[in-house]
Amino acid sequence: MLAENASWLFRVTPYITFAAIWVAAALVPTFATGLEFNWSADLIAIVALLGSARFFLALAGMDVGTSFGGIGSSREVMIAALAEPAMLLMVFCVALIAGSTQLSTVATFMASSEVGLRVSLGMAMIALIMVALAENARIPIDNPATHLELTMVHEAMILEYSGRHLAMIEFGAFLKLQLYVSLIICVFFPWQITTEGAGPLSYLVSVAAYILKLVIASFLLAVFETATAKVRVFRVPEFLGAALMLGLLGTLLRFVSRGF
Amino acid sequence: MPALIDLIRAGRRVERHNPWPRVSVDSGTWRSAAGALADGGLSLLGLWGEPARVHMALLDNSTSNIGVISLDCPDRRYPSVAARHRPALRLERTIHDLFGLVAIETPDSRPWLDHGRWQMHAPLGERLDAAPDAAPYPFLPAEGDSLHQIPVGPVHAGIIEPGHFRFTASGETVVRLEQRLGYTHKGIEGLMAGSTVEQAARLAGRVSGDSTVAYGLAFAQAVEAAQQIVVPPRAVLLRALMAELERLANHLGDIGAICNDASFALMHAHCGVLRERVLRAADAAFGHRLMRDIVVPGGLARDITGEGPAAIRAALEQVRRHFPSLVELYDNTASLQDRTVGTGIVTPALARQFAAGGYVGRASGRGYDARRSPGYHPYDGLRFDVPVLSDGDVNARVWIRIREVEQSLSLAGQILDALEAGPIKVPLQIAPEPCEGIALVEGFRGDILAWLRLSDGRIERCHLRDPSWFQWPLLEAAIEGNIVADFPLCNKSFNCSYSGHDL
Repeated sequence: MLAENASWLFRVTPYITFAAIWVAAALVPTFATGLEFNWSADLIAIVALLGSARFFLALAGMDVGTSFGGIGSSREVMIAALAEPAMLLMVFCVALIAGSTQLSTVATFMASSEVGLRVSLGMAMIALIMVALAENARIPIDNPATHLELTMVHEAMILEYSGRHLAMIEFGAFLKLQLYVSLIICVFFPWQITTEGAGPLSYLVSVAAYILKLVIASFLLAVFETATAKVRVFRVPEFLGAALMLGLLGTLLRFVSRGF
Repeated sequence: MPALIDLIRAGRRVERHNPWPRVSVDSGTWRSAAGALADGGLSLLGLWGEPARVHMALLDNSTSNIGVISLDCPDRRYPSVAARHRPALRLERTIHDLFGLVAIETPDSRPWLDHGRWQMHAPLGERLDAAPDAAPYPFLPAEGDSLHQIPVGPVHAGIIEPGHFRFTASGETVVRLEQRLGYTHKGIEGLMAGSTVEQAARLAGRVSGDSTVAYGLAFAQAVEAAQQIVVPPRAVLLRALMAELERLANHLGDIGAICNDASFALMHAHCGVLRERVLRAADAAFGHRLMRDIVVPGGLARDITGEGPAAIRAALEQVRRHFPSLVELYDNTASLQDRTVGTGIVTPALARQFAAGGYVGRASGRGYDARRSPGYHPYDGLRFDVPVLSDGDVNARVWIRIREVEQSLSLAGQILDALEAGPIKVPLQIAPEPCEGIALVEGFRGDILAWLRLSDGRIERCHLRDPSWFQWPLLEAAIEGNIVADFPLCNKSFNCSYSGHDL
């Protein structure tokens, strides 16, 4: 079902966003480095792809002209404007330590023994988790299960969608959650990740490890969401500001002392 | 400033109106009553119409006396109370919609319940034919730079009752909220007129489903007052038991639902379990989860079952055991407190002016409880406190509910201890001469007013006033200056009835 005044933008947005997220997800080394797409682009490209997906979704939210779409788009863009710098700083921090923004290289480096425990990395990890919560419309920033149209962010934006369009958008949202979880796993917990040229048994083990890590992450997410309430909309900048600061501190610490 | 007793003396006493006096007054006394309401000496308990008469139920704030003054208006016009005392405004607009009586100098002559789709004007008055009116409802203007309107409802994204909310916001901050209600108007007053007492009792129990016991009780007490019937003690105790179970179930549900609106689903789930436990005990004891149609004029339709007391005691015990840890969870979850503390404040002055009952009034310093004053059996023989806070925010309304859950647990236990064998009903023999009765009963939302006139053994007229009439306007005030995203939380903390209000 489509609103009568929906433009072409409204109709193509579900496919554009899904495609962008799909490509971004393919760039992340999940269980093995050097997968087919991994070499095509780096971490910054992932940020850019997700940014364009959101850009189109925000436009589509305003396309039909209902008030909820407008509210949702404005809130989403506010959150994005704060989350993206935090994400980029986290990228810089990791890239400086690993010496590359290429995720396969990063994962290989992180899995090696030269890394050790670093304060910068800890900060970057917390920053990335906070950004991931915000970007995926999870509690405490947004509630994907809510029926209260006035409190929605992501859901308000897509309130006018139904049928296959909604399915594409929801599928995209699920994929995005998996993308972020995989990103956290690949950068900070790359244990058992298979490097190129390993045998089939090694692949099997790393697939199992990857699935196990996903399950653990989902469980932790559920525990966290149960134990906390949603923050006021105007507390979101504080939340994401903290993520930005952590990313910045991590980067600076890296510069100040090579030991961190 | 005239006290209620002066107003009563100034009028002509109407015979056979019980338990509180009703007097017929002239328009001068009517106006001075409006003045006393505006000065704060009196509180408005209700304002309702008849085809050529208006009634006003008043509470004297210093003596807690209650009285009804009536003004005959053969020319279909009466001096507006709302011109001096705003809480009467929506009631006056309703009187105009239902009876066609015009309030002179009214500050707002827009319709309220009548949305132009009844195909007649004044359905309880002159019944003038009217074509469906599709003209848009003129909402109050709000002017300024970068203000925008957000229309919400009457159809919502969740399955809730219909009501329209028109926000004028500056970014996220609410500048003005205007409600539009009346979507669930069922014509209860019209259906009541001419029906038998039995039919009317069933109707009264269906005005607002979550308060079916309280409405049934209010209606039954009004009939009993009109007929001067004394209900057997066992029935009185069982009625109170049902009322407390209803309060318990609703408050438990509300506490969970408020937390759920802050996306804290854990409280919602736990409170839902306790609420369900209470409802199942009610089902085991009275044969209906919400205990509908059990309170009837003269007593009870059926007695508590044999296993009922034990089932209720077991449920109370479970709530008593688990509830404190939930209260602790609520109090210790910082992210939740951050949402509820300081959100949606109702000032004590406003609560007093609107005579808001229930948790809305008690969270804002107005400690009125109909069980205490005027009071009715069996509460005069039971020990309970009426919790009062003065913060007036969402948090205070949650805490009032928490304290009332504790009180209701204690009350239900006391009632079960006091229960003795005996009859549960006296036969109702309605005398043919006209008589009138009024009752004020504490439902979980606040005081429910029931007024009726019987003649020839039938209901001639019956008016039921939901506590929400004086709470809905306060919600408009509470949200001002808050952010749009906090509205669902505020709304749930009020939990006003749509159905009871739209009647």
